[in-house]
Amino acid sequence: MKRTLPACALATAIIATALTPSSTTLALGNRPLSSVAGNLLGSGPAGGHAAPEALLAQTLLAITGSQFDIALTEINKVLQTNPNFRLAHLIKGDLLMARARPISSIGAASEAPADLIAELQDEARARLVRHEQKRPGTQVPRYLLELNAEQKYAFVVDTSKYTLYVFENHNGTPRYVADYYTTIGRNGIEKLREGDKKTPLGVYHVTRQMQRDQLTRAYGAQSELYGEGAFPINYPNEWDRRLGRNGHGIWLHGVPFDTYSRPPRASDGCVALTNEDLQAITPHVQVGVTPVIITSGIEWVEPEAARNTRETLRQSVDAWRQDWESRDTGKYLQHYAADFSTGKQDRTTWANQKRAVNAGKSWIKVKVDGVSMFLYPGNENLAVVTFDQDYSSSNISNKMRKRQYWQREGGQWRIVHEGAA
Amino acid sequence: MTFMHAAARLAVIVVCVGLATPAMSQSDDLQEAQQLLKQGQVDRAMERVDAYLKTKPKDARGRFLRGILLTEQNKPNEAIRVFTDLTRDYPELPEPYNNLAVLHASQGDYDKARSALEMAIRTHPSYATAHENLGDIYAKMASQAYDKALRLDKSNQAAQTKLNLIKDLFTTSRPPVVAVAKTDTTPKAAAPATKTIAHAPPPPSSAATPKPVVAAKPSPVAVAAKEPVKAAPVKTEPVKATAPEPVKTAPPANNADAVLKAVEGWAADWSNNDVEAYLARYAKDFKTPDGEPRKDWEKERRALVSKPRKIEVRIESAKVAFGDADRATVTFRQHYQSNTFKANARKTLVMIRSGDKWLIQQETVGG
Repeated sequence: MKRTLPACALATAIIATALTPSSTTLALGNRPLSSVAGNLLGSGPAGGHAAPEALLAQTLLAITGSQFDIALTEINKVLQTNPNFRLAHLIKGDLLMARARPISSIGAASEAPADLIAELQDEARARLVRHEQKRPGTQVPRYLLELNAEQKYAFVVDTSKYTLYVFENHNGTPRYVADYYTTIGRNGIEKLREGDKKTPLGVYHVTRQMQRDQLTRAYGAQSELYGEGAFPINYPNEWDRRLGRNGHGIWLHGVPFDTYSRPPRASDGCVALTNEDLQAITPHVQVGVTPVIITSGIEWVEPEAARNTRETLRQSVDAWRQDWESRDTGKYLQHYAADFSTGKQDRTTWANQKRAVNAGKSWIKVKVDGVSMFLYPGNENLAVVTFDQDYSSSNISNKMRKRQYWQREGGQWRIVHEGAA
Repeated sequence: MTFMHAAARLAVIVVCVGLATPAMSQSDDLQEAQQLLKQGQVDRAMERVDAYLKTKPKDARGRFLRGILLTEQNKPNEAIRVFTDLTRDYPELPEPYNNLAVLHASQGDYDKARSALEMAIRTHPSYATAHENLGDIYAKMASQAYDKALRLDKSNQAAQTKLNLIKDLFTTSRPPVVAVAKTDTTPKAAAPATKTIAHAPPPPSSAATPKPVVAAKPSPVAVAAKEPVKAAPVKTEPVKATAPEPVKTAPPANNADAVLKAVEGWAADWSNNDVEAYLARYAKDFKTPDGEPRKDWEKERRALVSKPRKIEVRIESAKVAFGDADRATVTFRQHYQSNTFKANARKTLVMIRSGDKWLIQQETVGG
């Protein structure tokens, strides 16, 4: 018998490798899929934008359930609303091809470039994983120690899940809003060098917004790559530079208009979202304000879990401020780590300068406002603290936005870098 | 599962019982037209058909031939009209649907082609040509989807399916059709056996006997398109339909071609993991290699042959020796290759004739 389970070998393989065992319980029975998908969407906070992905995932699950006719109907629905969804075309091709001859994997197209097929298989896997994963509920990534009142939203990208999460600042507590499929660098993560086509991991902020027409003006036809728009972020940040990382032009951006989405690993290091999704996050972006934390694997915690670290760090920042006001330069300098640097001056040079400056003053007032604090992904002993500093003294005053990198050494938070944000 | 139904290339072995052919009543005009068509004299054939239709304007056979000739004359729209009218006047005939599908497909209208073929199959569920063609249509639609998925160069997909145009009416679907080799109630999804053995030339047919199904002459485009669309090894040759072949009801006694064809078919069934078709190629009195019961042997073969993996069995330098009219010994070199194993061996098959089929009575390796 040649019941080779035509299209399903593919999805079975995918499900086996990519999904949690619980997925097998997601039996569809004979219910029309749209209602299943609708229920899934209705129960989650992910919103209507997830519909194509949910439908696509349902199609794959229908294939594993041998409901091929339903699968074909569903995939046609996906394509009706998203005619440029390449993965959906591939699966449609498989569903049709399986009627002509047995096929054994996703992308049974003959003579197709293997790398293209592999990319789309990766996307299928990534989207299935995304579809199957539990939404965070009240949990938050542990990096979000403190958002300031101005920061309405925070973005956290989990490169291991090809997902960008959006959190809303709800009276100081981050609250999950939505998540989106993203494309990251062709060569993965931990960007080091210009041109390595990797996505950096770290704490970043949106530095600019480039709308469609601006992109065209600046980059001409090439800017098609960025789709609906782009949000450059500040890679390399102070910490990257300190570690000698270089490169430039890491953006959040859309995708070319002739495609619905790109494979999970396809960019030169940028984080790309579907144009639809980019438009969905655009209202949440505040240039110069919105944090973008990029990490590989998120550590989820209940918001209260951050309280201790937050309080300790807050107290450290306030102690630093007070000691600066006290003009006791010795005490003040104790807040700076031995390997502190400003990027231009090492600790000794900088300390000597501070001593000289402070000695010439009869009083110092420092106000610190709008503090945000983020733990650094991959380094729980490093925190990025940003605030508005209002400095006045007997001979000079200034206001600035300052960013400090605090490092915990033996239970003590100390500053390893500071500079203007 | 409806999917299986649709996807199934039903491996049917068609038993052709003596055909009381209505073709005998064919008028001279029509017969001559058919001869002329065979000789490629399309315009002259058309004159004859037109003359014939003047006397019998409703005649299905004449109109069908007219549709073929219009197709040959590269007038697809007129041909479509003729076949559409035929499906309306004779909805029970599958051939006009099939040819309508071929024409729709040639115009890139795969959805229409598909519906027409589904109608053909609905009227005759075991209609192999329609199944073949439907498979090709699905493959074509799939490749369109793939092209969109992969954004392949359009020049790569100027592909046309090569579908089988039925060239004669009333010969292909009339004989009683017996589907064999079913072990359970599930319809089999299997590549049709004869599809894979297009190497052999079509059996000789006398001028008086209408030929059942003739593979459409591949148009230049279709030839060019052969490579990109077809990857499966079974598709490397122009396709011939799994159709009953009335001409073979009384084959020449020592028809080496027929024997070789059976051997090729056996190799193809094996290559396709089509265990039922494969087993059906062994005679009832097949001598199992070690004298074990047939059941045990089948069980073992079933396990080996049906395993879904890539198998390719090729036959090289086959020689046929006839013991008598119903018995032949075939020796050949067998190239066997699976994804795990590769072997070449000399093999000898003792074949016996059973009706119009040649079946394996003994299989030995070496020698």
